[in-house]
Amino acid sequence: MYLTGEEQQMLDGKFGEGVSIAMKVLVAVGEAFGAERMVEITRSHVALSNQEADLWFVEKLVKAGATCRVSPTVNPGFNLEYFQQVKAVDRDDEEIIKRTRAAYKTIGATLTYNCTPYLEKNIPRFGEITAFSESSATPYINSVYGARTNREAAQSALCASVAGRVPLYGLLLDENRRGQVLVEVQAKMESDFDYNMLGYCAPKKIGFGVPVFTGLPIKTSPEALMNLGAQLNTAGAVSLYHIVGVTPEAPTIEAAFHGEDPEKRVVITEEDIKQVRDVISAEAGKIDFALFGCPHLTINQVAKIARMLEGKKLAVELWVCTSSLTKELAKRMGYLGIINRAGGHIVEDTCIDQPCWQFLYGKKGVTDSPKCAYYTERRNMDFVIRSISECIEAAIKGEVK
Amino acid sequence: MSEQKVLTMKCHKIAGGKSCGEALISCDDMCFYLVEPRSGVVIEKGHALEGRSIAGKVLIFPSGKGSSVVQADGLYQLKMKGTEPKAIIIQHPDTVLVASAIIMDVPLVDGLPPEFYQAVVSGDELEVDADNSMVTIKKRT
Repeated sequence: MYLTGEEQQMLDGKFGEGVSIAMKVLVAVGEAFGAERMVEITRSHVALSNQEADLWFVEKLVKAGATCRVSPTVNPGFNLEYFQQVKAVDRDDEEIIKRTRAAYKTIGATLTYNCTPYLEKNIPRFGEITAFSESSATPYINSVYGARTNREAAQSALCASVAGRVPLYGLLLDENRRGQVLVEVQAKMESDFDYNMLGYCAPKKIGFGVPVFTGLPIKTSPEALMNLGAQLNTAGAVSLYHIVGVTPEAPTIEAAFHGEDPEKRVVITEEDIKQVRDVISAEAGKIDFALFGCPHLTINQVAKIARMLEGKKLAVELWVCTSSLTKELAKRMGYLGIINRAGGHIVEDTCIDQPCWQFLYGKKGVTDSPKCAYYTERRNMDFVIRSISECIEAAIKGEVK
Repeated sequence: MSEQKVLTMKCHKIAGGKSCGEALISCDDMCFYLVEPRSGVVIEKGHALEGRSIAGKVLIFPSGKGSSVVQADGLYQLKMKGTEPKAIIIQHPDTVLVASAIIMDVPLVDGLPPEFYQAVVSGDELEVDADNSMVTIKKRT
């Protein structure tokens, strides 16, 4: 792999040990994918996870003196102060989140603690070369904005932020953005929730390759696209998709496939979607809680919940995870008051897959996100998966149909 | 004494190192987060390897999956408990898995020829020499 004089010096340690570690990882990734050279980035997003590997690696870079050339926005850990007020937080978990926050602050990250940076605070332009980790963010900026990122690991995105560059390969190159698999959607797509199910169901059929969806409505909400990408990249490793007539690199089928024939054609039917829902969702019945925000809910989704809860009382705990900006907006617009009066919480800076949720372990909940259910399998939380409105009805009754 | 049939094939190095172990093949993509760290047992519902331990195995699967943090953390937890795979052989590299393997020092290779996939079965003894881009299958006959 060709390195410029400066890049070679970065690798050799002339800019400090931290930069050198970052460059070693980037060069190894580049060589694995046959990259010919590095390219500078203008933005990045690091999927901070507040997990041991995350803390171990960011502290290793900090100790080695690394700081970010490009300041990345970061994913949520959990909101220590909020949970300490309402629930017990383990000493060990308090220690880890404090160390994580301190390390990311020292390395020079922008402390957004939010997993939808592409909707606020870190929005790339068409064609911009970036390093975005986070499974909902990568497909969103590639597909919806036509910006360019590979499917970065949290650690490789952090290395890219420190070095200010990434190896040039994969989705950064025109030829690899070409559609490969034609996905004809015959199932009806009527709500944002339907896109969650489509996204979770499609990867097994798609296999390996960039999917091009047809049969989807032209009028599509940001929430639908957010859901589609998050689930595609959870159930599979799909970090770029095209929707004919919707996303910028797919004005027509021909454009999406760069004038070539699809390598594979698949069909997604109503039955496929029903089957996947039956497999991943727990059985209906009594529930103990409702949990939303994987990815973080938008203000429109918070508004929907507030409208349904106006003047009502919740039978079970209800938690909405969102960004600090959305929570502030919810407060201004009166949604926070409505949700609090019903007995629910809106908590910012918090991910559903964090140790702060111990009080829900061993319990059964309801959520709209298959991704939420998938990752919490390790935390012994059981989920029935339904649309947001069905979830809210269930949370008012304490039971899901 | 049983004889051994030895087959050596070229591969493409991704993360360096040399390691031996018993082959374990998964037709499903892997997410290391849904592996129980103390036992190395796959806990993902409906996964081809559900209920089986990947500890100390040379793991063969098509591609990585799962979000950008869970793969590294999953592998880190396995490494801390000593239940990580000895080496990994894949068909389609993705950046998340590649960066995780490099940082956690687990040998990772791809680019094996079709003959490899025709020959190998779970239980074969495999040697993965990523540094020299070679994989050796030792079959008992």
